[in-house]
Amino acid sequence: MTPTVVLPVLIGGLYAAGLYLMLDRSLTRVLLGFLLLGNATNLLLLSAGGPAGLAPLLGYAEPEQMSDPLPQALILTAIVITFAASAFLLALIYRSWRLVREESVGIDEEDRRVAARSGQDADEIDPDQLAPEDRPAGHADSLHGPHVEEPDGHLAVPSDDVDLARPRGGAR
Amino acid sequence: MTALLLAHLLAAVLAPVLVRWWGRQAFLVLALVPAAAFGWVLAQLSTVTAGGEVRETVPWVPALDLSITLRLDALSLAFAALVTGVGALVLLYCARYFEPDDEGAGRFAGNLTAFAGSMLGLVLADDLLLLYVFWELTTVFSFLLIGGAGTRRAARRAASQALILTTAGGLAMLVGLILIGQASGSYRLSEVVAAPGSGGAVVAGTVLVLAGAVTKSAQVPFHFWLPAAMEAPTPVSAYLHAAAMVKAGVYLVARMAPGFADVPGWRPLVLGLGLATMLVGGYRALRQNDLKLLLAFGTVSQLGFLMVLVGGGTRELAAAGLAMTLAHALFKSTLFLTVGVIDHATGTRDLRHLSGLGRRLPVLAVVGSLAAASMAGLPPLLGFVGKEAAFAALLDGGLPDRTAALGVLVGIVVGSVLTAAYTARFVWGAFARKPGLPASAPADLVHPPGPLFLAAPTVLSATGLVLGPASPLLEPVVAPYADTLPLLTPETVPLALWHGWQPALLLSAVTVLGGAAFFLARTPIARLQRRLAVGASADEGYWNSIQALDRLAVLVTGTTQRGSLPAYLGTIMVVVLALPGVVLLTRAPWPQEWRAWDTPVQALVTAVVLAAAALAIRMRQRLPAVLVVGVTGYGTALLFALQGAPDLALTQFLVETLTLVTCVLVLRKLPKDVVERHSARERSARAVLAVGVGLLMGVVGAVALSSRTATPVSVDYPGPAYEFGGGQNIVNVTLVDIRAWDTLGEISVLVAAATGVASLVFLRQRTGVLVGAARAMRTRRAAVPSRRAPRRPWLAGSALLDPRRRSVILEVITRFLFHTILVFSLFLLFSGHNQPGGGFAGGLVAGLAVVLRYLAGGRYELGEAAPVDPGRVLGLGLLIAGVSAVAGLLLGGEVLQSVIVDLTLPVLGDIHLVTSLVFDVGVYLIVVGLVLDILRSFGAALDREEERELDDAAASGDEGGRTELPMAEEVTVR
Repeated sequence: MTPTVVLPVLIGGLYAAGLYLMLDRSLTRVLLGFLLLGNATNLLLLSAGGPAGLAPLLGYAEPEQMSDPLPQALILTAIVITFAASAFLLALIYRSWRLVREESVGIDEEDRRVAARSGQDADEIDPDQLAPEDRPAGHADSLHGPHVEEPDGHLAVPSDDVDLARPRGGAR
Repeated sequence: MTALLLAHLLAAVLAPVLVRWWGRQAFLVLALVPAAAFGWVLAQLSTVTAGGEVRETVPWVPALDLSITLRLDALSLAFAALVTGVGALVLLYCARYFEPDDEGAGRFAGNLTAFAGSMLGLVLADDLLLLYVFWELTTVFSFLLIGGAGTRRAARRAASQALILTTAGGLAMLVGLILIGQASGSYRLSEVVAAPGSGGAVVAGTVLVLAGAVTKSAQVPFHFWLPAAMEAPTPVSAYLHAAAMVKAGVYLVARMAPGFADVPGWRPLVLGLGLATMLVGGYRALRQNDLKLLLAFGTVSQLGFLMVLVGGGTRELAAAGLAMTLAHALFKSTLFLTVGVIDHATGTRDLRHLSGLGRRLPVLAVVGSLAAASMAGLPPLLGFVGKEAAFAALLDGGLPDRTAALGVLVGIVVGSVLTAAYTARFVWGAFARKPGLPASAPADLVHPPGPLFLAAPTVLSATGLVLGPASPLLEPVVAPYADTLPLLTPETVPLALWHGWQPALLLSAVTVLGGAAFFLARTPIARLQRRLAVGASADEGYWNSIQALDRLAVLVTGTTQRGSLPAYLGTIMVVVLALPGVVLLTRAPWPQEWRAWDTPVQALVTAVVLAAAALAIRMRQRLPAVLVVGVTGYGTALLFALQGAPDLALTQFLVETLTLVTCVLVLRKLPKDVVERHSARERSARAVLAVGVGLLMGVVGAVALSSRTATPVSVDYPGPAYEFGGGQNIVNVTLVDIRAWDTLGEISVLVAAATGVASLVFLRQRTGVLVGAARAMRTRRAAVPSRRAPRRPWLAGSALLDPRRRSVILEVITRFLFHTILVFSLFLLFSGHNQPGGGFAGGLVAGLAVVLRYLAGGRYELGEAAPVDPGRVLGLGLLIAGVSAVAGLLLGGEVLQSVIVDLTLPVLGDIHLVTSLVFDVGVYLIVVGLVLDILRSFGAALDREEERELDDAAASGDEGGRTELPMAEEVTVR
């Protein structure tokens, strides 16, 4: 099918303007960009549906003269959903303004905190660095409480319970 | 069989309630479920020993050819008997193990019963994928049981370690099962084993499945999770980590061995890992002071032994393996339960604190010692029978390769010596009087065990004792399975206690004497072990890999997530330009010819819209920018109309108007101008990116159209739209009939968005209380004297407005038009099936009517116009749409199928009714509800907030506040 010149130009222009606005830190400008992008996308869908025709109403036009009804149905719901989504964006703007008197998206501190972490999770640290009662069986004393003295050597069997003395001798 | 599984599920769900009612006695009731299953399994004994099997199939997902296929043959029967029998006894034991006031008992009971059901399902499943499902269920319940309440760090770590290792193996196994299923052309386990197929896929699949079995059964190098899992309560250790879950790997290997033992890689893997596990487990068990940990390492060792036997792939080894599996389940669960009793009675499991316990708890000592004797392989216990069968098999055949058979024999003899040695250590440690300790340590028994507490270990131990001499009775159960494997020895040797004087007996004697010698020489051996100890272990390797993974994750997150939204969006755009963009430029078929336009008007509209978009970029004032963006929306609507889409044009016009109103309602609260936060360089970078992607999208639009070759699906819409959909407006029929599923999803999105808006503004409840004008009037009259308000206002609520904010003309117009607009919206709804319109457009028009009332009369007028909770409207709409969707199904058709009804009524004449209209009514209500929600949130709630602020300002003595504050600005905005 032959494309028109005007529709691609319009679509490109709206996309460019919308994306430029969406790259802003101000949420209001993001909202404006979102609205432009919604229009651009609906037009893109429409233009991909083929050339203009008559309204797809039986009795008003013959099927051969009609414009394609399927993209129209898709766009119709998209329009309403864009409205709902922009209302939600507005609610976000309002809430942000209420809370911090600011409607811009700053640096996400949570992301920065993750980036600054050293790579150790509380539950995953080296067993040797844990308190004895937290060590898993096979690593240290899984039995709490004081140990009996080793009266005659018979009980002095090395065990995982009491952490083997390391041959290297050095403390880690 | 399905009934048994369901009974377990039901019991698991009810368990917490039962425990709340009856305390720990509830375990006695729960034990009935596995006991009943055990009875059923035994009842099938005659069928199965005759070579038969019990089958049951329930269709599950027919499209995937997935059904719940259960099958009980000899092998399944042996394992099912273990799972249910030991399960029932362990639940019985729990009734005394827990204190009457234990808090976690309810949760524990549910988990344990659910686990028993999953395990039963695992050994009964005859479908590869079903097997996998049960396999993972046992993993999950094991995780929950080890972790307990999650309050202790050691338990959490042990639980997550077991979970990570066994699910990693399980995932590998899933891939393997699918490879095998595809290669053999069947997912039925019995058929796969009968005809396993061949080729590289089968080899790879086999190795992957073995990976699952190896991790589950705690084989080297994944053995360490099992000792760590000893954090769980003792019944869990006895059941999951001795009798049931770890036996899943053994079961799977036994199940597959008849078909897969000759696959390259099977024997080296199974035999090599099995032997290594047996030796490592035994060696480490020798040096434990914690009785439970000693048993845990002993279990690791025995699992290695069982793997070797059932994985060998010959008749004689398999028979020995089954006997040994049974023996192990009996003695190991007894021993764990014994330790549980000791722990309960003395408060410790440390053998260095225990002395002379045998004298004080004689029954327990006998029970524990019998089980220990079975573990060490002493006659006349079942452990001896199994072990000797293994020795005899390997002496005379056992494996196709003689050298390998002898090597394995040496390995298991050494392993058995270690077993005997740590068994001696266990019995000595638990019951003996030790030099250097008082005759009775600890001095007092906290809880002397009662008869019910001792019942379970006694029964298990006695069974091991009886089954030794009675082992020929096991032969009919073992034989049907073992006979599916090739026999290498000259003749079948049935299981029996006494086979006469033969070399295997000598080996048994060697193991027992060797064990005794090891035990006597424990001090020098301890010294040796201390000297040989190395500073590395598989466990540490595991923690190091987990840590490395953590570091990598943080590194990747830290590098990619920089915390800037524009940066993320920019990255997406760069990727769009780099990948699809480059491909488009180099490969795409460019349009051969272009048309300027469909009609010249398009060019005019385009110019206006582009100019408006450019203005929107330049403007820094909020409200004008919104208006300019609105121009692009109206322009888009015009283009829709020109393209031949009246429905779209109508909807777009309505939505654009609503969007404008909504934006103004919110943005009035914000400062007039947007502050520029970006440097010139940032702005140019943004511009370059945006223009690049914009160009790309324009080209995409043109190329997409020009390269279309297929006929659109919608060419066939017009005919059916009228015949089956009963409407002339094809777009509307598409929405409510042909593609109604889409619409159903989309209106759900609308409901979610509306709820989101309301909750962001109201925070505490779904929606604010909206006072109608009449009530407000009554409460307010005294407080606020009406200022020159007309006696009979055009709108009830406007009397409460500040006179400066009122517009009488708007009030009059609203008064005249409101009901007309509502009727028009209903007209759009009902005629939408044949004319432009429908639920969406109708709902928007009705919404606009309410907007008009609000703008003219304020928030009290809104309460008059729509005295309903928007949440109810939304819910009702969704309910109507949903019911109309399901109604088609209930009336015997498809979901969302519509019916055409033609009626002739008096007065009204002929009526052509399509049931999809009901669906459209749901859409209508949802759109109205959405608009109402927005008005209540952004309109009424924000108004009230502002009034409250003004009142506060006035109350705080700021006299000028009432006239000077934002009120003035707001009047102009309105």
